Amino acid sequence: MTALVECQHVGFAYAASGAGRSFAIRDLSFEVPLGETFGVIGPNASGKTTLVRLLSKVLEPSAGRVLLGGKDLAGLSRAAVARQIAIVPQDVPRGFPHTVEELVLMGRFPRAPGRFFENARDRIAARHAMETVGVMDLRAALLDRLSGGERQRVMLARALAQEPTLLVLDEPTAHLDLRYQAECAGLLRRLGRDAGLTIVLVSHDLGFAAELSDRLLLMADGAAVRVGSPETVIDEAVLESAYGCRVIVDKHPVSRRPTVHLIYPRA
Amino acid sequence: MSASGPVSAGRLAAVLLGLGLVVALVSLGALFLGSASVPPADVLAVLAGRVKGVDQVVVLSLRLPRILAALLAGGALAVAGAAFQALARNPLAEPSILGVSSGAAFGVIVAQVFGLGGGIVEALGLAACAFAGAVVAGLAVYLIAARAGGLPIQTLLLAGVIMSLFFSSAITVVISVIDFDRLGGVVHWLLGNLGPIAPGSLAVFAAVTVIGFWLVLRPARQLNLLALGEESAQQLGVDAEALKRRIFAGAALLTSATVAFVGPIGFVGLIVPQSLRMLLGSDNRVVIPAAMLGGGAFLLLADTLARNVIAPAELSVGVITAFCGTPFFIYLLRARTGEPRL
Repeated sequence: MTALVECQHVGFAYAASGAGRSFAIRDLSFEVPLGETFGVIGPNASGKTTLVRLLSKVLEPSAGRVLLGGKDLAGLSRAAVARQIAIVPQDVPRGFPHTVEELVLMGRFPRAPGRFFENARDRIAARHAMETVGVMDLRAALLDRLSGGERQRVMLARALAQEPTLLVLDEPTAHLDLRYQAECAGLLRRLGRDAGLTIVLVSHDLGFAAELSDRLLLMADGAAVRVGSPETVIDEAVLESAYGCRVIVDKHPVSRRPTVHLIYPRA
Repeated sequence: MSASGPVSAGRLAAVLLGLGLVVALVSLGALFLGSASVPPADVLAVLAGRVKGVDQVVVLSLRLPRILAALLAGGALAVAGAAFQALARNPLAEPSILGVSSGAAFGVIVAQVFGLGGGIVEALGLAACAFAGAVVAGLAVYLIAARAGGLPIQTLLLAGVIMSLFFSSAITVVISVIDFDRLGGVVHWLLGNLGPIAPGSLAVFAAVTVIGFWLVLRPARQLNLLALGEESAQQLGVDAEALKRRIFAGAALLTSATVAFVGPIGFVGLIVPQSLRMLLGSDNRVVIPAAMLGGGAFLLLADTLARNVIAPAELSVGVITAFCGTPFFIYLLRARTGEPRL
């Protein structure tokens, strides 16, 4: 299998600012083969969001390189990157003034950055994306009027309208209740298995990531702690050292995937 | 609220046709109305080239250039407002509120103090000095207000107010020290004066406005994406830094041209784009060209009112726009509960 994304000894440090402690990504290497669902987990400030920014060329690595389909990201234009990688952010800014359909059509920008208006092909792709995630009925609504789960699906539709090869989701279940989490999981399975999309799933939710991912990357303090199958990464000793708390790893009664129970400290 | 369906060339054409009609109607009204009473039949005769004399001077040399200047200034200010709002992701951003107009006005005063000769050279010099002032004020406001993650509404407004106060004081100082006799005329200009404008100045005004309009309009699709936040815009292929510089340059050009030739007229950039968004949705590919026509019609209407309500004397047009803009501003401020919204 060829790697779609490859991080080779990637390093990055934010410019030191007065407040807050310094943070850096150190010597991060992994690869994501075509068609895989790859989960990225780790505690707060472990570097997950920075990794998303490095993968999407918002930040440039200070050491090493990120390869996309064998090509160095540094040599690709932003639009060329956006034609291959679609990022699903956690939310849109409050007061976002556009409708669902306008937002989904924004996903068509990298396909023809020089065009002033979208063409018929763009409209078809946007409709198809909205149908895939089931937001066609909402297309004339403003984003502000939607629930968290609906907004999440709309942003997924925007990403699908990009017709990417790689979908990167940043905490897709952060604001979702159980029903929407289930919907989101079903949708990602369909996209991964049926549509053959490569998916990078960044999540706080260890159970969710273990359930959906073929392999997991556990990060802590800007470095990779372990990369491998959910069973090898979701390990009591590994998690306890990365998160600094006590856990019990169990198997999900239905899927047999690893699940994590926190041992709540007594007062 | 948004009109049905996404934006297309056809819908834009329909919007522009409608607004074009409004501009034509308002222009005709302005051509026939004025303190010098010229009968409608005579106005038509002048336009047909059949009448010479006083009527011809009134219609062709006074009213027509004034109509053109109002259309240009209103359009430029409305487009600058729409651009600053998209740039700051903030519905209250506007050239006069941001202090950009005051900066440009200071540039104009300085240019006048040092003297620039006459004709086209003077017009170009005024525009250049106004642009320099606008850029300095705009950058200062940005540096004061910028925080990681955007331009918070309160700091942005306060920074704008502070810059306005500073440049207003600086203008007062320059005027008091250098040339006391010209104070009266300057006060009239500072409130916005669409009085006689020389053909050369009008040509420079039009040229600068076209450039500024183009700088803002061409990347209108990218500007829509900026509403997602800079990071998301970059992830969709937008070069956010270059876009921001281009939009700022365009908006500053439009503001400074207006200030140089007709004075710092406030609130047009607030009222017109916001009203258009309520009617037409937020897509900048429609809002920006519509603002060019709608802003022109609005300012021409305000100026026609200013010329006629207390005729034969006349009000400064800026007084009318301020009377319309103040309640509008208060409404927006209250309705938006202080959140950075657009």
